[in-house]
Amino acid sequence: MAVHALWQRSVIPGFGLTLGITLSYLGLIVIIPLCVMFFKAADAGWAKFLAELTSPRTLAAFRVSFGIAFLAAFINAIFGFIVAWVIVRYDFPGRRFVDSLIDLPFALPTAVAGIALTSLYSVHGWLGAPLAAIGITAAFTPLGILIALVFVGLPFVVRTVEPVLLDFDRELEESAAMLGASRTSILFRVVFPPLLPALMTGFTLAFARAIGEYGSVIFIAGNIPGYSEIVPLLIVIKLEQFDYAGATVIATMMLVASFILLLAINLLQAWTRRRQGG
Amino acid sequence: MVDLAPPADLVADDSARRIASPLPLTESFATRVALILVALFFLMVFLILPLVVVFAEALRQGIGAYGAALIEPNAVAAIELTLLTALIVVPLNAAFGIAAAWAITKFNFPGKNLLITLIDLPFSVSPVIGGMVFVLLFGAQGLFGPLLTAHGIKIVFAIPGIVIATLFVTLPFVARELIPLMQKQGTQQEEAALMLGASGWQTLWRVTLPNIKWSLLYGILLCNGRAIGEFGAVAVVSGHIIGLTNTMPLQVEVLYNDYAFAAAFAVASLLTLMALATLALKTWLEWRAGTPVARTRL
Repeated sequence: MAVHALWQRSVIPGFGLTLGITLSYLGLIVIIPLCVMFFKAADAGWAKFLAELTSPRTLAAFRVSFGIAFLAAFINAIFGFIVAWVIVRYDFPGRRFVDSLIDLPFALPTAVAGIALTSLYSVHGWLGAPLAAIGITAAFTPLGILIALVFVGLPFVVRTVEPVLLDFDRELEESAAMLGASRTSILFRVVFPPLLPALMTGFTLAFARAIGEYGSVIFIAGNIPGYSEIVPLLIVIKLEQFDYAGATVIATMMLVASFILLLAINLLQAWTRRRQGG
Repeated sequence: MVDLAPPADLVADDSARRIASPLPLTESFATRVALILVALFFLMVFLILPLVVVFAEALRQGIGAYGAALIEPNAVAAIELTLLTALIVVPLNAAFGIAAAWAITKFNFPGKNLLITLIDLPFSVSPVIGGMVFVLLFGAQGLFGPLLTAHGIKIVFAIPGIVIATLFVTLPFVARELIPLMQKQGTQQEEAALMLGASGWQTLWRVTLPNIKWSLLYGILLCNGRAIGEFGAVAVVSGHIIGLTNTMPLQVEVLYNDYAFAAAFAVASLLTLMALATLALKTWLEWRAGTPVARTRL
């Protein structure tokens, strides 16, 4: 009997129970609420949909959110790559401390990050004062939003590039060097190409996180409509004014953007795995 | 047989070159130092200074004012509400994570990848939307609003709303840690235990859980950190009623907007200490487990 059971598809119990718990819990807390939101948005009708999406304030908020999030993800891609490179390849005092500190933006509540960055970059702040001296106002401008979004997205690129860099086969570099390649040519033709999918995954993750970010941004942004107002804040303002239709329409557009990015991230991760040969 | 050894003159040439200039296997000393300095400057400006500024601002008016801000009744109420929320949310999402990981990794069924994507969904949705959906469901003008009002039940602008919004935002953490690990571990050990006569629960307690304990603890740690620190989703459903529905992050916001900066940073410093403890525990867990426990995203 026991031998016979080995050949069955699965001897492990609990399929019905665990899948049942998973589906009902996920359904109640995530799926049904999100579906209700879609129905509410559909309820609003096309006229409201178009009016909401073509209003100058909404358009400006989308421009601010997506534009600055893109720029922040780009900055994170460059500096995150340098940080990952330095942590994996070089040895310097405090390397392990720096490595464990990278995850701070994941662990620090966003509201705390928001008030800390505002205090740091305001005109009288430790960094805001020197910036003001050279004529740059950081807090309460789009530059402030950029600073908050760089903070929030910082770990993504480092943490996606780091493992690929660790697994990188150093023998490839040695072969290239033995064959007479210069260091620059080794870096650009041997080392960087396999890291590109991971770098792009990290960029997209940072971008996706940045467009939805709320807590760290609202303190430093100044929140001037049309200038430094982000989409999540606009949703909150509409909700506070009981304009539920307007809020759902904007939120639905955000959600569609999130779905597209989620798809892109899954494709990029599949690409990363293929490039790693895993 | 083909002679694979290179001609003698080439070998000699090669060794001569190696002595003259070493193989370019790393960057020049100057480049290395420059890159390290760039990385450290970036981390200094974006990570370390914000961390230091929290404590500097919190202690600006002295240790006495700092302590007074923390034992102020509304601050205490906020701390209690935050801990209560975490105490409800973390066990529920941990249980969900174990059940979901068991179903997904121990069995084959169609739509598995879709299910994994759906579990991930709260990570890619703006936390503000995570709060908003529950206002649409349970708010005064929401789908179940009239029904709830008729029975005198308050969810939005009350504690149940805060708990549900936090459940939404932190749902993926434990599942996301367990699924990749349990996929890699396979089902052989469980099958062996069951063959030897263990019951399903015995297998879970004695075989599966010991195998996944470090990742499970890490998932719980992350879930707890986010449950305590969540701001956007909770801000939408809480109504900011001071002393009643303000969690610690919301209390920070209220104090800050009232220009009570030292008090705001005092409460914020507790949250910062929690974040630092989370990072320290993560580093310890990785050391115990011998490998990076997880490469997760929050």
